[in-house]
Amino acid sequence: MRVVIAEDLTLLRDGLTRLLQAFGFDVVEAVDNGPALLPALLGHRPDIAIIDVRLPPTHTDEGLKAAIAARAEIPGLPVLVLSQHVEPLYARELLSDSTGGIGYLLKERISDVEQFVQAVRQVAGGGTAFDPEVVAQLLTRHEPLAALTQRELEVLRHIAEGRSNAAIAARLFITEKVVSKYINNIFSKLGMPPSEDDNRRVLAVLMFLDS
Amino acid sequence: MTSQAWSRGGVTAVVDSLLAVVLAMLNVPVFLLWVIGLLLSPVPVLGVELLTVTTVVVRWRADRERVLAGRVGVLIRRPYSPAPPGAENDSHRQVRWIITDPATWRDVSWLLPGALIGLVLGLIAVAIPLYGLCGVLLLPLWLSLADVWFGYGLFWPTGNTAEAWLALPQGLVILGAGLAVAPLLRTTDVLFAQLFLSPTANAELRLRVAHLTTTRADAIDAQAAELRRIERDLHDGAQARMVSVGMTIGLAERLVRQDPNAALQLLAEARASSTAALVELRQLVRGIHPPVLAERGLEGAVRALAMSLPVRTAVTSDLPGRLETPVESAVYFAVAEALANMGRHSRARAAWVTIYHDGGVLVVEIGDDGVGGADPERGTGLAGITRRLGAFDGTMALASPRGGPTVVTMEVPCVLSSPRI
Repeated sequence: MRVVIAEDLTLLRDGLTRLLQAFGFDVVEAVDNGPALLPALLGHRPDIAIIDVRLPPTHTDEGLKAAIAARAEIPGLPVLVLSQHVEPLYARELLSDSTGGIGYLLKERISDVEQFVQAVRQVAGGGTAFDPEVVAQLLTRHEPLAALTQRELEVLRHIAEGRSNAAIAARLFITEKVVSKYINNIFSKLGMPPSEDDNRRVLAVLMFLDS
Repeated sequence: MTSQAWSRGGVTAVVDSLLAVVLAMLNVPVFLLWVIGLLLSPVPVLGVELLTVTTVVVRWRADRERVLAGRVGVLIRRPYSPAPPGAENDSHRQVRWIITDPATWRDVSWLLPGALIGLVLGLIAVAIPLYGLCGVLLLPLWLSLADVWFGYGLFWPTGNTAEAWLALPQGLVILGAGLAVAPLLRTTDVLFAQLFLSPTANAELRLRVAHLTTTRADAIDAQAAELRRIERDLHDGAQARMVSVGMTIGLAERLVRQDPNAALQLLAEARASSTAALVELRQLVRGIHPPVLAERGLEGAVRALAMSLPVRTAVTSDLPGRLETPVESAVYFAVAEALANMGRHSRARAAWVTIYHDGGVLVVEIGDDGVGGADPERGTGLAGITRRLGAFDGTMALASPRGGPTVVTMEVPCVLSSPRI
């Protein structure tokens, strides 16, 4: 699986490269600044890009902007965005084209290597992986998702964090069949017509972010 | 101007004139009182008290004039220099503070000419409409007196009933003219008062320096307290956790040969500790300077803030560039504080934030549909906002009638930098 990395801190860039190589990924380019990122993404068309939000020269959000720009050129380009802090606002911007293949995690999640690599694969496969903290921040607001039961909200949260039905079932100690029942309830309560399951999952997360 | 607003303005001016006349009559006794106070000020103990009291009376009188001026839209600010430290307990210093303040002498020198002008203009302003009113209301009297030696307006004496009837239109004209002239007379009166009662250029500077000294001290205090808090948070939080991480890893190092399983467990513990330290650091950074503020500026940061509120909050913003970093930060925290207050007290269901920059002033309005009744005197939140903005000469105004809605308006003079590319 071909990967492009954008991270300005040498320590983290090299660490990330080594970590991914150890898990059999092929790191085709690792850039350390914003302007070099977009050409690298468009040139390599990687299977996944792992991008730090804040990059030189302005140290604001050029990583995020480059990711969004690249996805405008290559729709559905899988992008995993890393940051020292997470903002639901950014998550919404990333998802605004309503296609999958989006991850948004705190940098410290890398320390749980297994789970991080799983998130990378999840996003590369067109799924989503949102940091529990993004989800937690959104849950402080109650109004728009009021129609959902506590249990359904919990399931939606796991979907946003990028878990499969099987993983959700294992976490909540219920069967996969019950999970899909909950998911169907969520979809119908959020007014989503039956369609291809993956896309609906993304839309549900988007609605969650947008609410 | 509609005729209704015009007549209301006239009536207000006449009422104010009446008030001005009454107040002007106070000027002479106030003046005499102050002169006596001044002459007696060398008398030990009693003299000082007397001068202080009489000066307070003079200033009260001048303040009434300033209020009256404000009612016709002429701003006269208080020019008095602030009391020097320790003046309350040191009678000598107190006398010097009063005597050396030029504003004291300007007040006193206004009292007599001010009384004359106020009296004359005030009486004219009251008399004209009153005479007009007489013409209208006392028409029956004019009619009955028509043949007797008596008169109104142009007809003096009135020769017959027809001329007596003419008192009505004359009265209306005179009343109208009186109401039209009264505001002009009021303005003339207060403009004359303004010559004496407003701060001189010197006094303006002195007031400005006093204001800057206060706000600077506030800002420095707040900054020092903030640094102290950060130091304490780091010391008790992230720093302590990193120490424990180091110890746990050291222990794991020693155990790794004899008891690999225990070492593994310790390493997992160390990792959990380092994650907790990062969480604390992140919260701390948010409190110092939120990263989203650095990345997106005020607008983006307020949007991000609004997304995390339980109350649905709409943000509209029209800022063509970025603000200076210190202003941006102060305004952001002021907005955050205002929104937090709203969340705590207002029971609002919807809120809005509007941000724009107009004529060199940044304006932020925060409104909600809650219960209202917010009082800046109660609680420290709103006072904190005022202090934060005060460091940049900014102001905050609060409109919060009982039953809502509440609107907080913040204004900070500042420049915008060109937008970043």
